[in-house]
Amino acid sequence: MAVVLEARNLNKSFGAVTAASNINASIEQDSVVGLIGSNGAGKTTFINMVTGYLTPTSGQVLYEGRDITGLQPRAVTRLGISRSFQIPQLFNTLSVHDNLLVGVGIASRSVKTAAGTGSNEHTQVEQLIERFNLAGYRTQTAGLLPEGVRKLLDIAMAVAARPRLLLLDEPTSGVSADEKFRLMDMVMSALKTEGVTVLFVEHDMDIVSRYTHRILAFYEGRIIADGDPLTVLADAEVRRYVIGEQLHKEASSAAH
Amino acid sequence: MKLRDTPLLLIVALVVLLAIGLILPQWALSFVSVALYLGIVVLGMALMMRTGLVSFGQGLYYCLGAYAAGTLDHFFKLSDLLLMVVAGALVAGVVAVILGFLLSKYRDIFFAMLSLAFSMILYGLLVKSSELGSTDGFGLSVKTFAGIAISASAVRYTIYAFSAVLATLFAIGMHRYFNSHLGRLAGAIRDNELRVEYMGASVRRVIHLNYVISAVLAGVGGALMAGAIGHVDPETTANWTTSGEFVFIAILAGTGSVAAPFLGAGIFEAVRTFALQYFPNTWQMTLGITMLLVIMFLPGGLWSVFGLRRRST
Repeated sequence: MAVVLEARNLNKSFGAVTAASNINASIEQDSVVGLIGSNGAGKTTFINMVTGYLTPTSGQVLYEGRDITGLQPRAVTRLGISRSFQIPQLFNTLSVHDNLLVGVGIASRSVKTAAGTGSNEHTQVEQLIERFNLAGYRTQTAGLLPEGVRKLLDIAMAVAARPRLLLLDEPTSGVSADEKFRLMDMVMSALKTEGVTVLFVEHDMDIVSRYTHRILAFYEGRIIADGDPLTVLADAEVRRYVIGEQLHKEASSAAH
Repeated sequence: MKLRDTPLLLIVALVVLLAIGLILPQWALSFVSVALYLGIVVLGMALMMRTGLVSFGQGLYYCLGAYAAGTLDHFFKLSDLLLMVVAGALVAGVVAVILGFLLSKYRDIFFAMLSLAFSMILYGLLVKSSELGSTDGFGLSVKTFAGIAISASAVRYTIYAFSAVLATLFAIGMHRYFNSHLGRLAGAIRDNELRVEYMGASVRRVIHLNYVISAVLAGVGGALMAGAIGHVDPETTANWTTSGEFVFIAILAGTGSVAAPFLGAGIFEAVRTFALQYFPNTWQMTLGITMLLVIMFLPGGLWSVFGLRRRST
């Protein structure tokens, strides 16, 4: 399968702190890849380097074979890479509808990919509202929405940019445990029709193993494991550095 | 009253203004002209405020517009009102294109102070240049409109009518702009610049564009003022007190509608005239109290009165 994204020897340091160290990864088209790792392991730094928010200290990011290292976020978005945020980044005084209308409006003027769908901006907004089940919130102000809906709208905004590669930064953080699967089901089914390659950061191992084809495990800025979910989650280093604490917790709660 | 009806209402208002202008006494014509040209300047301020930026130096472009108009008559003997307004718009627009490259990098208080600094530089230059009359400025007069001679008695009505036509055109244009993609982007930028960039649009380019539009409106307002008053000087154009008045009117009016700046400018001018007449020593205090009352009871500006009424019915 064709490689959509390739990271070559990516390094990023902030003073004495190394946030990314010799990251090498290639992501195949139409795959769903999970990024796991404890806080500060370098997952968001990786996303920030891919989307142009941070420039790597050294190394290269290639998108569809093209070097995109050092491009501004808006230039990266125009090439077809879009992201959602751990803390939803919305237009808080605008309605849900207008948030999406702004997003679709920018995309239809600047993003060259998937152009010529023929449908006008309002139709596209309606499609997004329907696909992300936001109809009940259409006229509500984004700043006043419940957190789960804000996450959904944030992801819908990322999709409005019509990406071929979508990076989701902790799509289920701040969403209650019993709603996480419902949210991920909705996001994944909304993306299925798009033909989008998806990378997402996630702390819940049940979600990671259910929705991904492949996992990249981060620890102290390095990728310590890369492979299919079963192999990675069984890896000794991953168990020790990424999910160890969780197992420990399960074991201790079972003892009581 | 729906927002959609605004252009129609504005055209009705224009027709009414043009008609009653024929029977209004001269002082009333002058009064409404002031509300119109100040309103045009504040309409540009409202656009910047939608983008999340308040300029404390809009006097810069008001002054450039006024002096461009004045210079045409004073030095080149071109006393054509239309030409003056076009010159005012052009000079303000060109300077804004240049300064916009720098100012579009700044936000909040930094934008406000930097815009103030540029207006005070112009003020300083004008005060020192004796060719332009230093602090006294110089006089000018309007004699033609688009090459057609105007009789001395009709000058005031011509300026009034032209101001009304321009105000209507700008208000309708701004209404359409607010409801366009670029207009919505202004609000989006005010809310979250990061997201706008991540959606694929350039925040700086939109701010630069809106900055130039607001400068052109200020230039037109300044040129109309010069024609109406027949005199330009640094104190009443480039000085920070004038820029402060524009901010004052913008807050007084609110950004609820494109008609709000004109209502705000009219009320401001009425309060100032009234206060100067009855409390000549404390007129600023009257303005201050008015502002205080508006901020306390109508934080959305005077225009929000219409919203309150709609909600109560």
